[in-house]
Amino acid sequence: MAILLIAEMREGEVRHATFPAVTAAKQLAELLGTEFDILLLGKGAQAGAERLKDLGAANVLWSEAEAVAEYTAEAHAQAAADLVNEKGYTAVLAAATTTGKDLMPRLAGLLDAGMVSDAIGFEKGDEGIVYLRPMYAGNAIARVVIDTPIHCLTVRETAFDAATPGAGSAAVAEAPVNVDAGGLKAKFVEYQLTKSERPELTEAKVVVSAGRGVKDAEGVKLIEQLADALGAALGASRAVVDEGLLPNDLQVGQTGKIVAPDLYIACGISGAIQHVAGMKDAKVIVAINKDEEAPIFEVADYGLVDDLFKAVPKLIEKVQAARAS
Amino acid sequence: MKIMVPVRRVPNPDVKVRLKKDGTGIETEGVNFLVNPFDEYAIEEAVRITEKSGGEVFLVSIGGPENEETLRAGLALGAHRAYLVDLGGECYESSGIADILAAVFKQENPDLVILGKQSVDTDNNQAAQMLAAKLGLAQACFAYKVELQDGKAVVQREIDGGLEVKEVELPAVITADLRLNQPRYASLPAIMKAKKKEVKKVTPADLGAEPKNRARVLGLSEPPPRKAGQKVASVDELVDKLVNEAKVL
Ligand SMILES: Cc1cc2nc3c(=O)[nH]c(=O)nc-3n(C[C@H](O)[C@H](O)[C@H](O)COP(=O)(O)OP(=O)(O)OC[C@H]3O[C@@H](n4cnc5c(N)ncnc54)[C@H](O)[C@@H]3O)c2cc1C
Ligand SMILES: Nc1ncnc2c1ncn2[C@@H]1O[C@H](COP(=O)(O)O)[C@@H](O)[C@H]1O
Repeated sequence: MAILLIAEMREGEVRHATFPAVTAAKQLAELLGTEFDILLLGKGAQAGAERLKDLGAANVLWSEAEAVAEYTAEAHAQAAADLVNEKGYTAVLAAATTTGKDLMPRLAGLLDAGMVSDAIGFEKGDEGIVYLRPMYAGNAIARVVIDTPIHCLTVRETAFDAATPGAGSAAVAEAPVNVDAGGLKAKFVEYQLTKSERPELTEAKVVVSAGRGVKDAEGVKLIEQLADALGAALGASRAVVDEGLLPNDLQVGQTGKIVAPDLYIACGISGAIQHVAGMKDAKVIVAINKDEEAPIFEVADYGLVDDLFKAVPKLIEKVQAARAS
Repeated sequence: MKIMVPVRRVPNPDVKVRLKKDGTGIETEGVNFLVNPFDEYAIEEAVRITEKSGGEVFLVSIGGPENEETLRAGLALGAHRAYLVDLGGECYESSGIADILAAVFKQENPDLVILGKQSVDTDNNQAAQMLAAKLGLAQACFAYKVELQDGKAVVQREIDGGLEVKEVELPAVITADLRLNQPRYASLPAIMKAKKKEVKKVTPADLGAEPKNRARVLGLSEPPPRKAGQKVASVDELVDKLVNEAKVL
């Protein structure tokens, strides 16, 4: 039977993480010899459905019903559960974003289904599909099977390429949603989002991250200049976030964002297990740290032992020169 | 207000785990176990609420007899009493844990359940949401700030791109993120006092729970190691390597 991908909407737009998740859905459907559908819930879902109809799905279903117009786990999980039961989907996926992590286990709870978080790949095994996922801050890869008729999973955005439009067009239809808005015990109030001109951390080709070594707001500014010279996204260690120097959603690591850019430059970051868990899949890692014993050098392809307040201004200059030529 | 805080026993997260040769698990010899760090934030939040407006905090830890140590550590942070659910050697993943937590909830009927947002060993991030679904309660995950008003909680949640504000009816399930508060250190008198607090030992059967595992780990393997890197002597050399060797600039 077919599988279902739940797309992610925010303020009327389809979020980027949906596209790698579509690739995961496509791979899983192929492995199972079946098709996949996409579900969009929320304001802008109808327009979003048009955007997603040529990514290889059989059906794209959308709803802008009042109860699901804004995201709450309560309403969206209920709507999705009803649809899964009605259509008989055997697997449900979403991207492992903060929304996917909030929603999918609730859906699994409603469906009494087993769940895998943060899947990075699938294999066929003796007992059906084997899901691969990191555990222990990425220091182990687990092979997991699900023992219930319905499988729920979130997939790690960095482990799958973003789906691109191709041949074939899905049937687009409005999804039946019968969630009673009045009966919900939760209410969305508002977003308080940080606006930034820089690329999104999880999508950027280059990420420059600041650690405690940057010391203060002046130091952060320096790292921002480097990021801007490279057209890079800005990241941070938890120490910097805890100091209030940069917003929390820039935290890279086990409990923050997982990134896998072509180039990751860690400035004044020691390389704690929890930080490394979030960036060790970058293609090229550069570390700038004045302590040559810092563990970050164990994962860095290029390590520069130097004071970042000396090295980074020079690096900015060089990058600007290289870009100009 | 009565608040339930489930706490997990995890291997010290600051030490890199070693896998057993046969991939069936991790080496536990010589490893010290701690309260799951996120659960300390959950305990701290619950204790602050009761310090301000009265009530009590009870902890629940599911595992074996060794979880008593975990609970004593949590009680030393200000919780009032605890349940130790002894699995008699069985092991459950998040959905089975949620089955048991739901049974405890039904016995105690707390006003609020605060959990950690994730176990730092499995990184599952599932038990709270599953618990809320099973009980038909509202959830507010990844809390940055919790404000209690009558009959409801207004929670600022950490989400991609910033914060989201959500209102949930009580009783509700909340999970703690790292900026929720700064957990206290247990003082010596608090540690002494914790030794005398009640830890009620029960089995899932005592609670009327029939936990199930719905997912199973077949085995663990090491991730592919990164190739050894190199030190560069100067910014010039670094830029040269990035341009000509790695070709990323
Ligand atoms: C449950 C839990 C979850 C966590 N999750 C995360 C997570 O997701 N992400 C994360 O990052 N952390 C996380 N942590 C925290 C983690 O353990 C570390 O404390 C944190 O990563 C340290 O940040 P840092 O490297 O910036 O600071 P430090 O460890 O203090 O390192 C600062 C580094 O800067 C260098 N330095 C200082 N001055 C200079 C200079 N002038 N020039 C060059 N170098 C300099 C120093 O040599 C040092 O190596 C978590 C911890 C826990 C308990
Ligand atoms: N064995 C356990 N005993 C008590 N609480 C647990 C246990 N395992 C997980 N929890 C709680 O559930 C939260 C989320 O766990 P998880 O779904 O494993 O990431 C943890 O932060 C704990 O609060």
